[in-house]
Amino acid sequence: MERIPILKWGNFLLVIIQVDLHDRLALALRDDLAEQIQKTGARGVLIDISALQMIDSFMGRTLGDMAATAGLLDAETVLVGMQPEVAITIVELGLAIKGIRTALDVDKGMALLAKRLGSSSREKGRVPDRTEA
Amino acid sequence: MWTKAWPCLPRGWDRLPGRRAVSLTVRKHETLPVRTDQDVARVRRVVREWAKEFGFSLILQTKLVTAASEIARNTARYGREGKALLEAVDNAVRFGLRLIFTDTGPGLKDVQLAMQKGYSTNKGLGLGLPGSKRLVDEFWIESQAGQGTRVCMIMWK
Repeated sequence: MERIPILKWGNFLLVIIQVDLHDRLALALRDDLAEQIQKTGARGVLIDISALQMIDSFMGRTLGDMAATAGLLDAETVLVGMQPEVAITIVELGLAIKGIRTALDVDKGMALLAKRLGSSSREKGRVPDRTEA
Repeated sequence: MWTKAWPCLPRGWDRLPGRRAVSLTVRKHETLPVRTDQDVARVRRVVREWAKEFGFSLILQTKLVTAASEIARNTARYGREGKALLEAVDNAVRFGLRLIFTDTGPGLKDVQLAMQKGYSTNKGLGLGLPGSKRLVDEFWIESQAGQGTRVCMIMWK
């Protein structure tokens, strides 16, 4: 079955969506991503959607689910490269992609992730990690 | 053909004196099956091609494809023998693309309710119908429990 590749880059996972994201593919990506986060211990996920020509409510919901799942697995998600016409359309559609950060391009997304992870690891140094108790 | 008896009429048509129907000339048409995920993806692709071919702006293309995707998904998921009819139409003043989705599925019990934001029977967001309506110029839905659903939309250029 067709799959969207997930690349590991240091502490991050990189997903570049370059095909039309039909429903089953989107769900497979959601599951693969959770599995890969668990397997690699990645702290950040960067999803490049610059090639995606449209996002409808199902895709939007699935992207939101991916971010929520990644969050539960202690990884931050950044969505990068949304096309302006896609942004206009999803706002008009009434779709709110909640709990997901966005950045204009891959560079800015990487910088955002690095910054977030940098500050959270400092916090962890000061405060004992409760989840490990 | 039923499309003549039931054209996609402009909003508020029922308040027009005499309920005048708008006559449209169909320049090109194509029917696609809408039964599976892949069919929905194909509807998206073909609608995009048509919108490009007829010179719609990128924003209008994206809006139409998104609306088509929402409705096609409903047709594939809930309907039986779902079909999408794509038509390039003009009404002597404007040129547009008309998409008509039909199925013989269980239909909607309450169309008014289904058009409300947040209504969903399947854990969805309930954005599909009201959201699609906002994205296109004209939107018409007709459904009866047990008799299937017809959704018609037009995007004018």
